[in-house]
Amino acid sequence: MSERKATVASRVGLHARPAAIFAEAAGELPLEVTIAMEGEPAEDAMDASSILSLMGLGASHGDVVVLRADGDGAEEALEGLAQILETDHDA
Amino acid sequence: MTKLTGVGVSPGRVIGPVLQMPASAREPHADERWGSDTSAEAETTRLKTASKAVQAELKRRADAATKDASAVLEATAMMAADPMLLKSAAKLIAAGTSAERAVWEAGSAVAEMLLSLGGYMAERTQDVHDVRARLVAELRGLPAPGVPTSEQPFILAAEDLAPADTATLDSSQVLALITSSGGPQSHTAILARALGLPAVVAATGADTIEAGTSVYVDGAAGTIITDPGDDERAAADRWVEQAAALGTFNGTGATADGHLVPLLANVGSGKDARAAAAAGAEGVGLLRTEFCFLDRETEPSGEEQASAYREVFDAFPGRKVVVRTLDAGADKPLPFLTDASEPNPALGVRGYRTGSVSPGVLTRQLQAIARAAADTKAEVWVMAPMISTAAEAKSFGEMCLAEGLDQPGVMVEVPSAALTSEAILQHVGFASLGTNDLTQYTMAADRQLGQLATLNDSWQPAVLQLIKLTVAGAESAAAGTADAKPVGVCGEAAADPALAVVLVGLGVQTLSMSARSLPTVAAVLASVTRTEAQELAALALAAPTADLGRTAVRERLPILETLGQ
Repeated sequence: MSERKATVASRVGLHARPAAIFAEAAGELPLEVTIAMEGEPAEDAMDASSILSLMGLGASHGDVVVLRADGDGAEEALEGLAQILETDHDA
Repeated sequence: MTKLTGVGVSPGRVIGPVLQMPASAREPHADERWGSDTSAEAETTRLKTASKAVQAELKRRADAATKDASAVLEATAMMAADPMLLKSAAKLIAAGTSAERAVWEAGSAVAEMLLSLGGYMAERTQDVHDVRARLVAELRGLPAPGVPTSEQPFILAAEDLAPADTATLDSSQVLALITSSGGPQSHTAILARALGLPAVVAATGADTIEAGTSVYVDGAAGTIITDPGDDERAAADRWVEQAAALGTFNGTGATADGHLVPLLANVGSGKDARAAAAAGAEGVGLLRTEFCFLDRETEPSGEEQASAYREVFDAFPGRKVVVRTLDAGADKPLPFLTDASEPNPALGVRGYRTGSVSPGVLTRQLQAIARAAADTKAEVWVMAPMISTAAEAKSFGEMCLAEGLDQPGVMVEVPSAALTSEAILQHVGFASLGTNDLTQYTMAADRQLGQLATLNDSWQPAVLQLIKLTVAGAESAAAGTADAKPVGVCGEAAADPALAVVLVGLGVQTLSMSARSLPTVAAVLASVTRTEAQELAALALAAPTADLGRTAVRERLPILETLGQ
């Protein structure tokens, strides 16, 4: 299981637009990626390709989230997704 | 060729194909289950197919939309095929629930979760509800809810339009509005006048005209003719010439003998205000603050409010802007202020009355108005809606002064306020007649009900009597003081050019209306002297019925014929 932490850069948090960009990217991967708030148990993690789950996470600007995935290329995939979160799409 | 007769609420004559506004998807019954002729797998597949179709349609609309709208539509397109939503629906389907009911329940759960997060996420519940309604409609094989779209401009037919529908209406695509329900003061009517679209309401049968049928709409006469002929085509062509001849408003409302009647605009946003200023409005007679906050689940912050108001003030430097405090309730519910379960919302806790159950909201709004007023050049007046007694007026006036807003006033829309205007105006500086509600309450006729359109008519002599009493009361209150205590009208009556003349004859000092109506009202007002307006007012007051009053006045205003009104 690979893990990657990322800090939400979007000023208004993981709301509709950044969530849409992120969920779309996660959905295009051949892996199942989960997302959870830092410190929350891995079994409560949610499907990263679900825009509704992402919005329900309630991650605000500056919050740290944990991305997890298993399998070939997981490291690179998570790195790519983390970079999306660390970009301010409202800027 | 069939002819439908309704009430003309916004003039203009056009011909075009009809598109029907689909009814919104109704909640599938709680016990709805898939039948023995299918399986959980098949039902889940049916949901997935519907979800893909809705997603594709929303994506198509996103590609066609402007940048801002496109981002929102893309996000909603993703919601339609959201794996979490489909997974929770599939669980319900496995337990026997129908696909329609399953997606409805799964959507509700998501909406509740977002609502509980508050703020921005809570606002997105609207999108989830929209997606859910689209999925249910798709599963049932019904057209998608909301204003239909088409390659070709069309005439929109509906039972009635809600304020929320108006946000998605593209006025460059819609030629006219026709509804089977609704009265002259309904939202359809108000929207049509704001957009300058011809409209006929309360035309029985308008909501069952088959899509694609060519119809002729005359928004002044109130007629709809299907499969129109040469006469109608000629009439529609003539309208184009008349509309072009009317020209624009020069920015000074006055009678033929130079008696000034400032013509102001009714606005709901900074965008409206800038359009009104460009149309020559001499100020804002009604800023509907609730329109900045429709669909909000929570009270907007003071800073957000102030910036919305400032945008309006900035459009009118040195001019008067009358801000109406939140008029929530009845047909304009705001979740953070109003109780949707009231048995009779028009007579319930609405307007100024919401202060008794949600104290603080009004004070915070007044503070936001004061803050916005402090750094603009507009002359800011503030008024409360739904004032019924002098005691309420006194308490509102004191609240305004406490926040440094020195021009408090009241709306006169409840008959008791009209009858006691002298006492009310002892405590505040001005009154503005909200003729839509004043008519509904005087005649005890719901403004949304098409069947009551004849009663719900501001030409009713009883309504005109109350307007006359309000003006007389204001004059008595002003006598012996240095204050003027002006009375204006900000209801839709001011936009009816013949009635506008009557109102001026009754002593009303300012008229506020949709910016689109300014040129017509200005032109008709300039065709009479103040004395003639007073004679016409006497004629309307003495008329045995609203219709006879209107006809008698219109006959003496030949300019209406010339302008095609």
